[in-house]
Amino acid sequence: MATLKVPVGPADHSQGLADAPVTLVEYGDYECSHCGHAYSIVKSLQKRLGKQLRFVFRNFPLREIHPNAEAAAETAEFAATHGKFWDMHDLIFENQNSLSEQMLGDLAHRLTLDRQALRNALKSGTFAERVQGDFSSGVRSGVNGTPTFFINSQRHDSDFELETLLRAIQKMIHSYK
Amino acid sequence: MSNILSAGTPAPDFTLHVTPDQMLSLKELRGRPVILAFYPADWSPVCGDQMALYNEILPEFHRFNAELMGISVDGVWCHAAFSRDHKLHFPLLADFEPKGAVSKLYGAFRDGEGVSERALFVVDKNGTISWSYVSPIAVNPGADGILEALESLPK
Repeated sequence: MATLKVPVGPADHSQGLADAPVTLVEYGDYECSHCGHAYSIVKSLQKRLGKQLRFVFRNFPLREIHPNAEAAAETAEFAATHGKFWDMHDLIFENQNSLSEQMLGDLAHRLTLDRQALRNALKSGTFAERVQGDFSSGVRSGVNGTPTFFINSQRHDSDFELETLLRAIQKMIHSYK
Repeated sequence: MSNILSAGTPAPDFTLHVTPDQMLSLKELRGRPVILAFYPADWSPVCGDQMALYNEILPEFHRFNAELMGISVDGVWCHAAFSRDHKLHFPLLADFEPKGAVSKLYGAFRDGEGVSERALFVVDKNGTISWSYVSPIAVNPGADGILEALESLPK
């Protein structure tokens, strides 16, 4: 059974309480259509489970097949340094069909972030190491495609439709009690 | 699930087409670790994911000086098209004629379906299998096991 090799920590982007009974970690790629599908499923899970769920997103850009995935991941990390990771995360997934560097700049502008500063950060790869760190931790943990979910550090090997994930998470909540 | 060859077994040598006009033998790669990734078929969505994933992880394999080979029963032209479509930077070997002969040598052939198992082997630089793993056919194995096996090879 594949397990999360790098535990969730302060450097991670997370939503929800640190002491929630269940932590759901997603390794995702902003240009992957399956991750786009999973995006709305995670939102539904968060709504349904409230304080029982903490959600963490880590970058796993498939650069060979998705030419904009790396820039998108670095853009989200850029926004994170201005406290706007999740705003950017949501905006990118909601616009994933029209990804380009121009468009990422537009999204930054919408969040009142400096378009030129983003351009410079992408050009100099300021956040490349951070993204690569996520990628490597995913490889070590047995990420086997995107998205890959871990529920309390155990890789979720079934599909990621709402009912399936909900059942798996609820099972974990019951075992926690 | 098949009984695949286990660690400590000498890796059986084979010669297969790597392109329509080129053959490759396992023994030519002696001196460096080799990862053999048997998989059921080109083009099925899960396999695409597995090979696409390994393609992304290639630099991590190369840090160990290891060569990765994908192997399925698909023919050379099919492999060529699949590889081009997925921009793969590692060779795919065609275990096509006689069908599945190499997969059978490694205990990684599914008789009923006539395809290779989703089986992984790490062969050390002396040609001995140092690690092997067969995944349930529907579960795409990640690269964690491969990397751990490469790490534990004697330097």
